[in-house]
Amino acid sequence: MRHIITLYLLLLGAWTLWSGLSWPWGEHFEPLVAVMGVLSTALVVFLAWRMDLVDAEGAPVQLTTFRTVAYIPWLAWEIVKANIDVARRILDPRLPISPNMIEVSASQSSEIGRVVYANSITLTPGTVSVIVEETTITVHALTREAGEAVETGDMDRRVTRLEGSD
Amino acid sequence: MHWVDFLSWALLIGGSFFCVTGAIGLLRLPDFYARLHGAGIIDTLGAGLILIGLMLQAGLSLVTVKLLFILFFILITSPTATHAIAHTARVQGLEPVLGGEDGEQ
Amino acid sequence: MFAAAMIAILTTMALALFRAALGPTVFDRVMAMNSFGTSTVLFIAVLGFLNGRPDFLDLALVYALINFIATIAVLKYFKYGDLAETGRRDPSEDTAS
Repeated sequence: MRHIITLYLLLLGAWTLWSGLSWPWGEHFEPLVAVMGVLSTALVVFLAWRMDLVDAEGAPVQLTTFRTVAYIPWLAWEIVKANIDVARRILDPRLPISPNMIEVSASQSSEIGRVVYANSITLTPGTVSVIVEETTITVHALTREAGEAVETGDMDRRVTRLEGSD
Repeated sequence: MHWVDFLSWALLIGGSFFCVTGAIGLLRLPDFYARLHGAGIIDTLGAGLILIGLMLQAGLSLVTVKLLFILFFILITSPTATHAIAHTARVQGLEPVLGGEDGEQ
Repeated sequence: MFAAAMIAILTTMALALFRAALGPTVFDRVMAMNSFGTSTVLFIAVLGFLNGRPDFLDLALVYALINFIATIAVLKYFKYGDLAETGRRDPSEDTAS
């Protein structure tokens, strides 16, 4: 139920934004359009529910915690650092790269936690998650340093903390 | 010049620089798996800086919200797509070129 | 200043097209088209500002989503040779994902 309500409110918010802020106190408010928006959003949620998509994966409310808010700036800073490093190597005439494949452990208990971890690895330039398995992720790293940075497990611990007790 | 304008131009130029750098990486890097990292630069800092620069130009309005949505979708979909490509390539037996000279080792 | 960003994005698109044309593997081409799509999203967004018509952002938003779906669809086609395949895990095949 929690997931259904979250999904409905999220979709209603998105609909309101894209229809040009047509809420009752806005300047473009049309009662007919607003009712259609409410109904069509409900229809979409109903279809998603019938397709069995509304669960902890389809509407991950368990990730909306303070820890996630704290994780995003850390990830953004990691991405900026990695970007500068990879850009420097690409523009270097000698092309100082040393591609390698490593296997790192993923200690997340839920599937969505592993997805967040694998996507965080891929989002950081210099490392791409190639094969995701139950407890390990095979990572292709552009440089030895990038591979070692993932192997320290810092990001892994942070994502596991993100999952919380849920 | 207003400082917001200045900052937004700096971000636009920075994003452009990273976009072109990533594209050069697409052409220059030796191997499919290595080229994925070049594409990653375009998707993260290239797109991110340009969109944030545009947000500063738009100010607090619906346009900024839409730009935030675009950035959010790019940041969610691009690693998923990259992983899908890499995974398919690996499963279909494309071997990565490993090692190579690292000028700084 | 928007024009400078525009030129950079166009350069990016041209280089991505080169990679798509060069290949050599099909995955290089898919990756290049994915990068091309991301640059197209940026291109549409900057174009809206250049023309003073930020309405173009809706197009950019839709393009960002279609780009992802197109990439996944092409990959699925190459993996199964059939878009209607469910892609459920088959123990005889290495599809741990």
